[in-house]
Amino acid sequence: METAENYLVKGDPLLEIKDLKVSFKTDEGIIPAVDGVNISLKRGHTLGLVGESGSGKSVSTWAVLQLLPKSAIIHKGSSIKFHCKDGESVELTDFKSKSREIRNIRGGEISLIFQEPMSSFSPVYTVGNQIMEAVRAHRDVSKEEAEGIAIDMLSRVGIPNPKRRFKQYPFELSGGMRQRAMISVALSSNPSLLIADEPTTALDVTIQAQVLNLMKELQEELGMAIIFITHNLGVIAQIADEIAVMYLGGIVEQGTRHDIFHNPKHPYTMNLLRAIPRLGKTDGGRLVAIEGQIPSPMERPSGCCFHTRCSEYMPDRCNVNIPQITQISPEHTVRCFLYES
Amino acid sequence: MAKFMLQRFIGMMVTMLFVSILVFIIMELPPGDYADRYVFRKYAGSGMQITESDLRNIRHELGLDKPAYVRYSKWIYGIVTRFDFGPSFAFETSANVVIGQRIWLTMAILFSTLILTYTISIPIGIYAAVRRHSIVDYSLTVFSYLGLALPNFLLALIMLYISVNVFGASVGGLFSPEFEEASWSFAKFVDLLKHLIVPAVVLAWSATALQLQTIRATMLDELNKLSVTAARARGVSEWKLLLKYPARLALNPVAGSIGFDINRIFSELPIIALVLGLPELGELLIRSFIDLDMFVAGAILLMLTFLVVVLNFVSDILLAILDPRIKLQGG
Amino acid sequence: MSASSISTENMSTSAVTAKESEEALRYYSATQWQLIWWRFRHHKAALFAGTVLVVMGLCGLFASFLSPYSAVNRDKNYLLGPPQMIQFWDQKGFSLRPFTHGVTTKRNPTTLRREAKVDPDVRRYIEFFAHGDSYRFLGLFKTDIHLFGVEEGYLHLFGTDDLGRDLFSRTLFGTGTSMSIGIIGVVIAFILALFIGGVAGYAGGWIDYTIQRFTEIIRVIPVIPLYMGLAAAFPKEWTTMQVYFAMTLILGLVGWPTLARRIRGQILSLRDEDYVVAARVAGAGAPRIIGRHLLPAFTSYIIVDLVISFPYMVLSETALSFIGLGLRPPAVSWGVLLQAAQSIRTIQHAPWLFIPAIFVVVAVLAFTVLGDGVRDAADPYSVSEG
Repeated sequence: METAENYLVKGDPLLEIKDLKVSFKTDEGIIPAVDGVNISLKRGHTLGLVGESGSGKSVSTWAVLQLLPKSAIIHKGSSIKFHCKDGESVELTDFKSKSREIRNIRGGEISLIFQEPMSSFSPVYTVGNQIMEAVRAHRDVSKEEAEGIAIDMLSRVGIPNPKRRFKQYPFELSGGMRQRAMISVALSSNPSLLIADEPTTALDVTIQAQVLNLMKELQEELGMAIIFITHNLGVIAQIADEIAVMYLGGIVEQGTRHDIFHNPKHPYTMNLLRAIPRLGKTDGGRLVAIEGQIPSPMERPSGCCFHTRCSEYMPDRCNVNIPQITQISPEHTVRCFLYES
Repeated sequence: MAKFMLQRFIGMMVTMLFVSILVFIIMELPPGDYADRYVFRKYAGSGMQITESDLRNIRHELGLDKPAYVRYSKWIYGIVTRFDFGPSFAFETSANVVIGQRIWLTMAILFSTLILTYTISIPIGIYAAVRRHSIVDYSLTVFSYLGLALPNFLLALIMLYISVNVFGASVGGLFSPEFEEASWSFAKFVDLLKHLIVPAVVLAWSATALQLQTIRATMLDELNKLSVTAARARGVSEWKLLLKYPARLALNPVAGSIGFDINRIFSELPIIALVLGLPELGELLIRSFIDLDMFVAGAILLMLTFLVVVLNFVSDILLAILDPRIKLQGG
Repeated sequence: MSASSISTENMSTSAVTAKESEEALRYYSATQWQLIWWRFRHHKAALFAGTVLVVMGLCGLFASFLSPYSAVNRDKNYLLGPPQMIQFWDQKGFSLRPFTHGVTTKRNPTTLRREAKVDPDVRRYIEFFAHGDSYRFLGLFKTDIHLFGVEEGYLHLFGTDDLGRDLFSRTLFGTGTSMSIGIIGVVIAFILALFIGGVAGYAGGWIDYTIQRFTEIIRVIPVIPLYMGLAAAFPKEWTTMQVYFAMTLILGLVGWPTLARRIRGQILSLRDEDYVVAARVAGAGAPRIIGRHLLPAFTSYIIVDLVISFPYMVLSETALSFIGLGLRPPAVSWGVLLQAAQSIRTIQHAPWLFIPAIFVVVAVLAFTVLGDGVRDAADPYSVSEG
């Protein structure tokens, strides 16, 4: 497999999401899930997307691949621009979810791996069958060639005895092996972006570390960019170059790993950081849980969404107006009245 | 796989053993015994005087004075070794002769019904699930309700009425009069197929209604599975995806319920056969139950159940082939 | 993440938000049965089906009052006669009192058969609370008052059978018989299933295994042939009543496995729940644990299964009686009535003999729709899919 083409330079723009808004039609009415998200990702970089469940992390990334269910509406004015391997840039929101164009992007340019390696494989086909399917969806190769590529991929992701594993069914593999196999499916067509939707959440801690290391190794080897979705800041610290913190469908703070971990600005980010257990933390402080629960997307709080749980809540301001994006440094932005002049 | 098949095979034999005991009990249930009925039928109204000792002689001759387990053993021994199902008093010959060709006609009806059921329900069920809330989907619901609510004999009468008045086919039976006695030929086969349509449609009706519901529900379930989204995220085209993942899995419950379908078909068959005048096993079963010709009834009950059990076995094997989880986990 | 999972989250979290509407409070404090009822009420079709069934049940219960004649009263002048219409209007003009035309019977000179002919000159007015055949009202007291009748002659709303018996009356009586057989059959099946399924699920181990295998063996034999075999054993000299109860018994005897399976499955899955273990540790006996802790957890499912199994009972009774192995005359049930409609000739010459079939279809359809409604309602916290 060839690595990234010469003219694809690390650091060039890869994915630009502008003002992404997604809602769901339900019996109870239209529920906004993502409300004005802006993300830009550079080739070969890793973006960490952090937030509690229901904050819209998965929805935003599924929207990139047009994988959302029929009940989802991507609002007009949303833009998802992607720069393909051949140097052309495309607007992904223009593609229909069943179109040929988006199918070429899926797996070929952007791959997705999921939280549950078990249920992301179909139980009635062998692992090899499902890798070959991914290979043959994007490359015009014979069955035998595809099998060779698939076995090669399996050994690349560190699966011992790949020829035997190739013929096995997903439920015959351990959880860690399954996630490795899923990664090999995702990377089989050499995509330039890998979206990993909580890929380590369902795994044991030791396996988690192995999978994270594997992803880092493969990133160096193949040069793809990664969007890493998680609710676990500890995992993010190990892998991400940049981090975006999401709350109730919007990004509240965005910056480099250093910015977020050492100079957090948004009260929500600070709360999240305080909730991480740390080894060798000697001040005897307790872990702080964030008060209250994430409100229902149907009953979005007015003003700043976080005001119902914020310790810095300013009456008549936070619950009335929506804070604007404030630049802390060229790469560090925050949406909070504390920093608005 | 061999071990799995052996396991299922032994299970099948054990089931048959218990079924035969149950059938024997049913044969013994009605008041009086074979000798009483034989004598009553033969000599009632003939003016001949039958004494208790005559009865006792007949009983002794037929071994009816032996305890039940001996009679059972003798009966089952005859079936297993000589394929001899015992005598029929109503026809004054052996049950084998009475049953004769009927078993093949029963199987012809059974298989044409099954083929009709699956060729209709599988594609339409899949289509309805994919195009949810479409006209096909809604009419399917209406059709299913009707399929379950219409008593099958009523449906049979309606179909008969239509085929007689609209298509001018001969009324009921499995053969037109000119083929009744003819030896097998292509023309006779075509004639048989024509006559199979009405019973097959009637019997397939409710089976199709049930299967459609199951297939649609499984499809809807499978369509929402992460593995389908994962395959979609790999860039697999929509139709290929549908056929390879959800549709394939929707076949599992179909394969698994073949035995159930056959059970249902055999359950409805006697009544349909009575209405349509089909010379097959179910119709004979009713007659022999009414005449209390219990050896014939027992033989038919055993044959029908045997077919169900064997096809259950086939369905198990089919399911194991379709779903690797079953044979690998020792199901 | 799908739309429905979002809305589920929303349901559970909105309980915690400060401003809870009155309705939400009611929703969360309602008992299981209230919730089921509220959901059921929204299911218009099921509500309608339920009403139809109640009306049918009442018709069956009060058949002797609602029907103008007894089930065996023969109108010798109107054999195999078509239904008669109730009219307000004829060539003589309008009448506020509903009436029907009289019938004269003449011997057909060629076939020599007596043929009934409607005589449009004779009006027979309908009377309410008319006197007719005497009967015991609900078995309590003797009376001869019927809801309606005609002053003289007969009124046959659904026509008559080959013996001149009023099909309308007979259908009402048949409704009572068939529905009650269904209900008693379901109850017997339920009791058996509760006992067998309960023991299997609670005891587990080899007892469960044995019962499971036994159930499987019964399920292998085609149902109607099995019914037929059992029904064939009824002695010929049995009275109608004896056959009636024997029928309900075999319907129940053959019907229990499906229900037993459900009960066993549910008990098996709940058996090791913490609250059940706690009850066991506290010294509660098996009957108490099953009755107090396990059953209430899935009563709604059982009710759904009972409603769904009802049509099978009714159809089985109809089928058995239809082929002459179930109830036999003089008993009247839907199946017995339809025995007269076995051949294609009937459709052509006396299609009204099929009227009882409409009742069968309506009853089975109503129970199916009702079953669907109850099933949807039985899971009160489920969010309807979008």
